[in-house]
Amino acid sequence: MKGNEALAEAAMRAGCKCFFGYPITPQTELAAYMAKRMNKNGGVFLQAESEIAAINMVLGAASTGVRAMTSSSSPGISLKSEGISYIAGSDLPCVIINVERGGPGLGGIQPSQADYWQATKGLAHGDFHLLVYAPASVQEMVDMVIKAFDKADTYRMPAMILADGLLGQMMEPVTFPEIEQKTHDKSSWAANGHKGQREHHIINSLYLTPEELERTVVERFAKYDTIKQTETDAELYMTEDADILVCAFGATARVVKSAVNEAREMGIKAGMFRPKTVWPFPVNELQEASKNASQILSVEMSMGQMIDDIKLALNCSKPVEFFGRTGGVIPTPAEVLAKIKAMGGNK
Amino acid sequence: MRKVTIITGHYGSGKSNISTNLAMEAAAEGKKVTVVDLDIVNPYFRTADFAKMFEENGIELITPSYANTNLDIPALNFDIERIAKSDGYLIIDVGGDDDGAIALGRFSAALNEFGDNLDMFYVINRYRYLTKEPSEAVELMYNIETASKIKHTGIINNSNLGCDTLADTVISSLPYADMVSQSVNLPIVFSTIPRRLGVDDNRFKPIEIYVKPFWER
Repeated sequence: MKGNEALAEAAMRAGCKCFFGYPITPQTELAAYMAKRMNKNGGVFLQAESEIAAINMVLGAASTGVRAMTSSSSPGISLKSEGISYIAGSDLPCVIINVERGGPGLGGIQPSQADYWQATKGLAHGDFHLLVYAPASVQEMVDMVIKAFDKADTYRMPAMILADGLLGQMMEPVTFPEIEQKTHDKSSWAANGHKGQREHHIINSLYLTPEELERTVVERFAKYDTIKQTETDAELYMTEDADILVCAFGATARVVKSAVNEAREMGIKAGMFRPKTVWPFPVNELQEASKNASQILSVEMSMGQMIDDIKLALNCSKPVEFFGRTGGVIPTPAEVLAKIKAMGGNK
Repeated sequence: MRKVTIITGHYGSGKSNISTNLAMEAAAEGKKVTVVDLDIVNPYFRTADFAKMFEENGIELITPSYANTNLDIPALNFDIERIAKSDGYLIIDVGGDDDGAIALGRFSAALNEFGDNLDMFYVINRYRYLTKEPSEAVELMYNIETASKIKHTGIINNSNLGCDTLADTVISSLPYADMVSQSVNLPIVFSTIPRRLGVDDNRFKPIEIYVKPFWER
């Protein structure tokens, strides 16, 4: 399947009943797929008048307890950021998909990973986080959409799939897993009609006293601490004896893996660390992956945004170099290999 | 009158790879070949990716000027009517689905004049999620004809699973292709098999896989 279509199909299979979106390249096939199939599936597809309208429709739908989703690409996510903050402040579960393109500004339509900071550092105003998954294949996009819906419900918070144009536009074989139908009890908060049988449920992100707001935010951060302990995920590839550890997420990791394989053939002890969750960042997993490494290299389709998280995770105990292409240019295995060779490497 | 072949199909059915194979074969036979990338749907992964190889093989490539750029403008700045009037073999690679075929509709009157010199081949992939059932493939084929205002003349069975394609993958797609062919009463022009599999079976046409994943480029 095409990546964007697989994201849409996975969402419907995960029980997404409401999709609100607005077209933008390179994610438009996702909305087009939803437009053709969501209604037949007993759900709602609505093309809103703007990204801002779409994310606020997600807020409304999620308030009633149904599984809701929106998708966009980089500048569109910026437009949604106010609504995402309101959703986080209202403790509502939903899934947001970002099929990244080049920026800043209108930027371009070619693939990019330049929204890493946006996705992992809270995205919008206020103290909050999103759960952020970074798939590297069409299959992983399917698996992570299913997981994102589940975790969003578990923690009552928005989850994001941080993909990029390469993943959205590429074709790969996929298998749709049997989805375990977990029921999440939303009866204590969902605003789905009290029918005179219970108190009103109020979905709100406005608190009248600072102390009350502070208490809510602190409670939310206690939840984030639990998530940091339990929800991290990463792929460690040939890291056991790796002297040069290359870190990459998403589609870039596919390029890095080719380069690492070539380096190994040349006798260079290279390995790869790939975070599958970028918030929470897999700190323990990176420490494990880098235990024998003398140097770290971060490879990204940006000017280097994950590099900060790598340095923090390792307390700046090892030198971290960077190689990246930006503006929609895709790094090649040969370029990454040249950088690994330039770093020397313990043969 | 020049010979014209139009390639249509689902997103990811392998249209660009088929077009490229046809172009490279014809060029190897010493024919003058022109390829038109008429894809106004996909922002990347398209025939225009092969510009360098086409140039090296003397194949003329005509693409929308915004193909593979950062601009999201599905404009065609060339005239197929005029291109079709020059000589040599013309291959037109159309964008996915009926959405992509809309661009072709604009040139249907000029192209339909080619009569027997015009072929429009519909590429099918048994493993493509939305055309797994013969009935789904048939429905899409007719939708493409409605959008393009041109009738298909044959089916190309390009059933594959990308890098995971094995001989069995291809062989087990034959009954499916036959069902599609019979439903629409059109011949199967050929069934493809990747040349790298080294299968010697006259039911298949060995093809090169020019479309490389980005991590192997």
